[in-house]
Amino acid sequence: MKRLLAFVLLCLALPAARAQLAIEITGAGAQRIPIAIAPFAGESALAGGISSIVRADLERSGLFRGLELPPISPEPTEATNINYPEWRSRLADALLVGSVQARPDGRFELRFRLHDVVKQQALGGVAYTLTKDQVRAGAHRISDFVYEKLTGEKGVFSTRIAYVVKRGNRYELQIADYDGAGAETALASFEPIISPAWAPDGKRLAYVSFENKKPVVYIHSLLDGKRHVVANFKGSNSAPAWTPDGNRLAVVLSREGGSQLFLINADGSGARRLAVSSAIDTEPRFSPDGQWIYFTSDRGGTPQVYRMPAGGGEPQRISFEGSYNVSPRISPDGKTIAYITRNAGKFQVALLDLSNRQVQILTDSERDESPSFAPNGRMILLATVINERGVLSAVSADGRVKQRLSATAGDVREPAWGPFIE
Amino acid sequence: MRAFFYPLIASGLLIAGCATEETKPAATAPVESKPAPKPQAVESKPVTRVDTGKPSASPFAMLKDPNNILSKRQVYFDFDKFDVKDEYKALVEAHAKFLRDNPSAKMLIQGNADERGSREYNVSLGQRRSDSLKKMLSLLGARENQIESVSLGEEKPACVEHTEDCYAKNRRDDMLYSGEY
Repeated sequence: MKRLLAFVLLCLALPAARAQLAIEITGAGAQRIPIAIAPFAGESALAGGISSIVRADLERSGLFRGLELPPISPEPTEATNINYPEWRSRLADALLVGSVQARPDGRFELRFRLHDVVKQQALGGVAYTLTKDQVRAGAHRISDFVYEKLTGEKGVFSTRIAYVVKRGNRYELQIADYDGAGAETALASFEPIISPAWAPDGKRLAYVSFENKKPVVYIHSLLDGKRHVVANFKGSNSAPAWTPDGNRLAVVLSREGGSQLFLINADGSGARRLAVSSAIDTEPRFSPDGQWIYFTSDRGGTPQVYRMPAGGGEPQRISFEGSYNVSPRISPDGKTIAYITRNAGKFQVALLDLSNRQVQILTDSERDESPSFAPNGRMILLATVINERGVLSAVSADGRVKQRLSATAGDVREPAWGPFIE
Repeated sequence: MRAFFYPLIASGLLIAGCATEETKPAATAPVESKPAPKPQAVESKPVTRVDTGKPSASPFAMLKDPNNILSKRQVYFDFDKFDVKDEYKALVEAHAKFLRDNPSAKMLIQGNADERGSREYNVSLGQRRSDSLKKMLSLLGARENQIESVSLGEEKPACVEHTEDCYAKNRRDDMLYSGEY
């Protein structure tokens, strides 16, 4: 924890015209790759530009540092012969160059090339044809390309997040780019909405809506807005979690008394009980290989994280430190569990390494909820409260990088980071 | 059905009669919206009130009567507790009797939790509270199919400050009868 506090504050206010959520980064990785991102030739024709979006993406990951560049004339493009020693003298390990050209049909051609300045070689490039509305998405694609080439891991810059905004007595389930830009409302309601869960295909969300004066589980198709009830049994229906194949969900039903785990088909048929206990069993999550269900249970007297074989079987306790450990989320590689722990009265994000059972507390906030892994496992999105307002925050899985996304108005809560989109 | 309702109407009458004695007649009269046309009819007024099929004759009216214990619908719980406290015994017995006497009556119990901790875990805590009240009502003779116990978790706080007083107001069950939700 001391280490975290020692980090330099890097407050970057990002001017994003359409963004409802603004991102603030605090802290950064220790070893960041210095990258020179040259202004893209012709990008001034686009409102948000390209190079500034790519730079913000890469810096937000905590793994890159964008270098300040003097004006360069003429602007280099993907076709320019690169003078590697000159870029090396600016301390760049990598260089990104590119261009934007308007086409006669009104669309834009976006081209780029990434260079390894140290090895003095080009690492590749791509050309995209985009409408004006797709320019941001194009920039995120470039960021994904750079990130993957230089770190060996997939980038999450083209992924989306879901969250709930409460303004007055109105609740909105919103979908936005991973950086909070381009937010769209999928569902608006005068009753609470909680527990959004992305289907593995990234096209549907399951969630709990209280519009019928009780919790009911729905599946919502984002493209056409069609939704259907998955579980509306007598009593409460909540905590949906998709199986990795996207065909079924684990849900928590009280129809047979208490809060108990059930498996149900995505069309709402075939509900069957997964476990029988006289305790609370809730917040199920499948491991990526589908073999395990992690969940919260108070069968031992206090709420703790357990897991059991997905096909049924004896649950094993996973969390031991502390008297309140809830909301388990397994990392995409299946090796760690993020959960919320009560630590001296504060609710914080903890990370448990399944191989050695080591626990690390990643945040220093007081009321954290709903952790959600980025699909590459690098960052964890969460809800917290700052100045009496619900905001979204993100912390890297090593605890070093922290970001805050705050809405212009209202309480933001219940974040869920969507999957990679092919 | 009709046979069942006769004693209810009679008891409704009794309560109405008592109420007019205790409270201002002016306050109760407009509800009936039956102004007596002749001053001589004053004596027969209680008789005219029995008008089958009118909502005023329904036993459900007593659920809204502030002088009736049935108008009280909240049961509060201690921190991390789920048992219905002794102080609510008379209230729960009254609602159980009402449900027993009115097999057509249906009740929704919404359990609630304070805001601390996970939203989904709080749904489960609220469920435990509503299940607990449902069980007590059932033991007192209410039918299983008359009551649905659900949870609103921490989502519908009665009080929004982050204080112990507020948390105590939010750890509650609300009893709602059909038509009220």
